[in-house]
Amino acid sequence: MQEELFTSGRDIPNIDPSLQIWHWPISLYLFLGGIAAGILFFAALFYVLGKEKEYPAAVKFASIIPPIALSVGLLALVYDLTHKLYTWRLYTTFRIESPMSWGAWVLLIVTPLSFLWLFSYYAENYPKTEEKLQLLKKFKFLATFEQFLKTNRLYIAYALIPLTLVLGVYTGILLSAFNARPLWNNAILGPLFLTSGLSTGAAAIILMAKTKKEKHLFGKIDLGLIIIELALIVHMIMGYYAGSQVQLEAMQLLVGGDFTLMFFGFVVILGLIIPATLELIELIGYKVPVIVPAMLVILGGLIFRFVMVEAGQLTRFLY
Amino acid sequence: MRYAMIIDTLKCVGCSDCVVACQTENDVPIGYCRDWITETVNGSYPNLELELKSERCNHCDNAPCVRCCPTGASHVGVGGIVLVTANECIGCGACIESCPYDARFQHPDGYVDKCTFCHHRLEKGQLPACVSVCPTKCMYFGDLDDPNSEVSQLLKNRKHKTLAPEAGTKPHVFYLI
Repeated sequence: MQEELFTSGRDIPNIDPSLQIWHWPISLYLFLGGIAAGILFFAALFYVLGKEKEYPAAVKFASIIPPIALSVGLLALVYDLTHKLYTWRLYTTFRIESPMSWGAWVLLIVTPLSFLWLFSYYAENYPKTEEKLQLLKKFKFLATFEQFLKTNRLYIAYALIPLTLVLGVYTGILLSAFNARPLWNNAILGPLFLTSGLSTGAAAIILMAKTKKEKHLFGKIDLGLIIIELALIVHMIMGYYAGSQVQLEAMQLLVGGDFTLMFFGFVVILGLIIPATLELIELIGYKVPVIVPAMLVILGGLIFRFVMVEAGQLTRFLY
Repeated sequence: MRYAMIIDTLKCVGCSDCVVACQTENDVPIGYCRDWITETVNGSYPNLELELKSERCNHCDNAPCVRCCPTGASHVGVGGIVLVTANECIGCGACIESCPYDARFQHPDGYVDKCTFCHHRLEKGQLPACVSVCPTKCMYFGDLDDPNSEVSQLLKNRKHKTLAPEAGTKPHVFYLI
């Protein structure tokens, strides 16, 4: 019998337990970035397609979520930095090889755009608030600015479509670029996180939708996205199985390890299979309160980010 | 010029002198360290094999930490030494996640810190602190680009290995076995 006893001298109190340096803010951000990217993508897409009136929740009402989600997400990201006062250093350079640099720059463009998009619908979405505050009447430049945004909405939409896709993919590539964490080092993670982001975005639109037609369409879109996501998860697991020793060990966390219940129970079954089944039942014609599958998808997306961030940091080459 | 470090695992006794020397030389805060000792026992009783070695940043040729740094704070300096510029580092931790050797840590002041091969000593013509204090003289340091240097000769003549070569980082700390 081969015995390997490994006693590491790396019993360094402030380093070894804290090497798991990415905590909940990162998981939360990956979720919020994904859902914001999803909602903005659909808003821009349906606007470009000229379906603004038909699908008002997607284009108008849900647009309140991305600015809030991105702001909270950005605060979480900055909170996680340990050298916070130097955050501006992100914007003195662009490093083409660094996914985080890409993400920082894309967020710098998408976050203001999300606010502009919302503001262009301010008077239309919130007439009562406007009546009370009289912002557009009191401040002439705001009214002019709103008018400018309204006439240029199409250009914002054209910009948002590619940018939100980059933002959605980036949330996955941020992790997959790390060779040293075998669970993350998987090229499928980018498309998987994008699909999950779009799917949670569609679910959020379902929650905001008022007409049956819109709920139905986004139910269908969400169902399609869930099926793609399940296929991508199968590919991910297959990729680990076909991978090197470190990837096989990493996979054991998800399949038959500490994260199996979280991953298969909460993410795959509760967050994907059950909502997909409910959405399917609803499409066939049975009555299902759409809030249930939509909430499950959103919660599943959140748990998925936590599982991947936490489990990934337990996988490594040495020690 | 390409700096490299060699550690003779057959001579290392795991005394941790290199660790203490580094902490003193570089003012490493208490509870952290830039280098460390590992002890590996292999085999089955009674045929056991013990390997002691001093580990640190491997100053890789294909350094993932430099690649993923969003601000360029992690960079490759003279002689292939991987360095962090403290006032460019935002403490995002991407480099820590990217390092297969877990050689980096977040300094209590916020920035990310690691072994520098004591480049401030090299500039003065001195050896890194850990190498200079090793009581068994199991550590060697020098220029790999010079075929006559001690390190080049050792790698030519002795069996050696690197840590986690499968990570594809081309590490430049070698272990004689």
